[in-house]
Amino acid sequence: MDASDDVALSVRDLSLDFHLRTHILHAVRNVGFDLRRGRTLCLVGESGSGKSVTARALLRIVDKAGRITGGRILLRTEGRETDVAALDPRSRDIRAIRGRRIGLIFQEPMSSLSPVHSIGSQIVEAIRLHTALDRRQAKQRAIELLRQVEIPDPERMADRYTFEFSGGMRQRAMIAMALACDPDILIADEPTTALDVTTQAEILDLIKRLQVDRGMAMLLITHDIGVVAEVANDVAVMRFGRIVEQGPVDDIFHRAQHPYTRRLLASTAKLEAGGGKRAGAAAAGAPILSVRGLGKVYGDARRWLPGSGRYALRAVDDASFDLHPGESLGIVGESGSGKTTLGRLVLRIVEPSAGTVTYRDREGREVEVTGLGKRELRRFHREVRLVFQDPFSSLNPRMTVKDIIGDPLRVNGLAQGPALEAKVAGLMALVGLDPQAMERHPHAFSGGQRQRIGIARALALDPRIIIADEATSALDVSIRSQILDLLLELRARLGLSFLFISHDISVVRYFCDRVIVMHKGRIVETGDAEQICTRPREPYTQRLISAVPSPDPRRKRMLHRLRADDPPAVAARSGAGG
Amino acid sequence: MTMQDLVDLDAEGPAISPLKPGRGPATMAAVGPWRLMLGKLLRQKVAMAAGGVVLLLYLVGAFAEFLAPSSPDLSRPQYTYAPPQGLSLFAPTKDGGWDFNLHVKGYKVEIDPQALRRTFVVDDSKIVPVGFFVKGRPYKLWGLIPLDRHLIGPVNPNDPMYLLGADRLGRDLLSRLVYGTRVSMSIGLVGVAMSLVLGVVLGAVSGFYGGWVDMLIQRLIEVVSAMPTIPLWLGLAAAIPLSWSPLQVYFVITVIVSLLGWTGLAREVRGRFLALRGEDFVTAARLDGSGERRLIFRHILPSLTSHILAVVTLAVPTMIVAETSLSFLGIGLKPPVVSWGVLLQDAQSIRTVATAPWLLFWPGLAVVVAVLAFNFFGDGLRDAADPYES
Repeated sequence: MDASDDVALSVRDLSLDFHLRTHILHAVRNVGFDLRRGRTLCLVGESGSGKSVTARALLRIVDKAGRITGGRILLRTEGRETDVAALDPRSRDIRAIRGRRIGLIFQEPMSSLSPVHSIGSQIVEAIRLHTALDRRQAKQRAIELLRQVEIPDPERMADRYTFEFSGGMRQRAMIAMALACDPDILIADEPTTALDVTTQAEILDLIKRLQVDRGMAMLLITHDIGVVAEVANDVAVMRFGRIVEQGPVDDIFHRAQHPYTRRLLASTAKLEAGGGKRAGAAAAGAPILSVRGLGKVYGDARRWLPGSGRYALRAVDDASFDLHPGESLGIVGESGSGKTTLGRLVLRIVEPSAGTVTYRDREGREVEVTGLGKRELRRFHREVRLVFQDPFSSLNPRMTVKDIIGDPLRVNGLAQGPALEAKVAGLMALVGLDPQAMERHPHAFSGGQRQRIGIARALALDPRIIIADEATSALDVSIRSQILDLLLELRARLGLSFLFISHDISVVRYFCDRVIVMHKGRIVETGDAEQICTRPREPYTQRLISAVPSPDPRRKRMLHRLRADDPPAVAARSGAGG
Repeated sequence: MTMQDLVDLDAEGPAISPLKPGRGPATMAAVGPWRLMLGKLLRQKVAMAAGGVVLLLYLVGAFAEFLAPSSPDLSRPQYTYAPPQGLSLFAPTKDGGWDFNLHVKGYKVEIDPQALRRTFVVDDSKIVPVGFFVKGRPYKLWGLIPLDRHLIGPVNPNDPMYLLGADRLGRDLLSRLVYGTRVSMSIGLVGVAMSLVLGVVLGAVSGFYGGWVDMLIQRLIEVVSAMPTIPLWLGLAAAIPLSWSPLQVYFVITVIVSLLGWTGLAREVRGRFLALRGEDFVTAARLDGSGERRLIFRHILPSLTSHILAVVTLAVPTMIVAETSLSFLGIGLKPPVVSWGVLLQDAQSIRTVATAPWLLFWPGLAVVVAVLAFNFFGDGLRDAADPYES
């Protein structure tokens, strides 16, 4: 790599250590790359690979415990070359670079914008820190920036506060702020991870267009292979603090050299290809679970004042579906669509406001779940189990793994003493954990292992239905496919039925037989998984599916996606918007 | 991709160098939460030093009879307001040389001819030899073991030794302070133990059930905290019959102090319960079929114990201060019992403070040291209470 003119920033042999309590973590090891004007470099890696730390090191905003131990960060702007690594992280020089030369977009737009200042005034502040514009000119410029990031009615929106913006709008405002002083380099640290898939597509679209128009160099940090394929020119793959492979996007995706890159691509492609091993005779026989007209309304309940019921929120509205024995039914939707609430209504963790849930037990008797008393509800909870999203908060940190997995057995009086231990060991082996680790506490396990513990706990009572609520969304892509394969294997082996709640279309496509699409509390479409993912009928589903990034740079999908205002997506069906 | 590649991939891990050989994240993996908490606490130097002071104070309280040179009640009118004596190591021998001889100097009383006031002057010629483990007044340690040895004291039991001075009745302040440590430090513990029961039970019920139960308990807490404490104490203490024995009074005072001290603890416990009630692992336990009692005691409370411990440690000094102020006002413990507050009662008049400042200084210092030590230690405990934060 030569230091040609279009290189805006080059990193050479950068190493960074974190001095932790018990050990030193070499978070970044001999990392080197170039950012070129008008091009996008994607730094991709799983959690803990050091990609975010690398990005933060470029601006010298790493936490106190982190120290740069070697290497150079050469910033080439306005014909000068500055070594950022040699600057004092609190000096005037570095502050002149932050925001002015290098703009940064964070992952979480809520916490990176101030809640007590209006959006406009925050952008004005960013402008006035680095330029000589007066307050009025700066305001003018702020409005112009908001217009560029496609915020409608920017004059008025500039005076609004963060909480009045939706997630996507906040991220747009954040981008406007990062671009306030025409930086030469834009660093985007997981800019769309917290966003829904349709919003993600819009934001990526916007960032990419602005970057090309302004000829900026961009460093995009992401864990999502699909995002990489959609926007990258070059790719660097990080693992355990090292860049294992880097090159142009097409080479990485189609001629990957390093086994890790190939594995990463393979686990994504596997999900994309769809069709996990289907359990043959699905949809056979009477449904094991029938839901009719289920609904949940918040804020409506008998108010003292007449007329205050207007503010009722229909979290789930008139949901009906059947789950057949041995079937996996996926529930997909964006955040706020009511999919998680639907799962909790079925279990009555949240009490439904309307509708019925009918469960057919082992003897074929129909049980009306919504009318069960405490004792019968317990029996129902033994047969219908929940797997949680967050592998950290769903396991009690004070209990050993043996106690966690064995607790349902002990509570229900099914096993004790050595029998309990044997049962727990069997369950741990079933989910692919070493039974010898049963005396350990959850903090000794990785995210994927913890999720396996959660699955073992769900299986302990020999259930018939498992409700998996975003069970794989907190996991890295390679771990995700492992957990999905484990669930598939368990389903075939134990004859389980699954209600699989997820926002991730590819996961649902891989795992489920049939899919329910939810939008604003309503079920918009129900159908065969393959059909929904390839030939959706409803306009909302079409928009949703087309916004999913494709993990192949030769078949970019997002740029051709359907938008809400596109002609084919007739804006009818407004009934979906409760 | 071959199998070999996969094996190589998984064998690799994040790059880590241990700070000390043999200690890395791997050794921490098998450790339970209490060990993690202890490890975190041990790293806080100030908290550990404060913890040492607290431990020392309780040891002093436990072995008061042995540590005190004299009895707290032994009054000698001839040594009224005798000033503190200095401890010297060497004394002149008869042949004019110097020899090692631990001693204090005796007193000579002079009468100021103008003010007609008695003043004590150190008499260099009178040497009171002092020894360790000397025989003194017999006592029963913890009411069981009959002993007559004291850690330090005059070799001849009848000689005067006032290392911290004497009070109005010529009693040894050091001995009284040592005995006072026992009462003052234990009243903190007993009082907190009682508020702990009240606070944890009411706070847990309030936070776990919510709704009108929560509402009721919270209003109760507000009413209790809104009461002006001093008049209430005055009222309650005035209701104690004079005929009661010091032990009964002691017990009633702890109850009074703790009746008002539980509110903070209850609030803290309620807040934690509210936060934990919504945690996934509690929902999971509920779905596992756990009843409410099991949810509270098996799943939620264990996550709180370290926090409760920290809060309790921070509540002890409030109790100590409360007892001290009650006794200082003359409505708490009463004279035959010795506590720091009772000792400070002697220092109420400005005349006494002018003639015998040590009566104010030493008990006051004891209170300040105890309260600070508890606070520093409690702060350290609180920081260590959540071992899973980085």
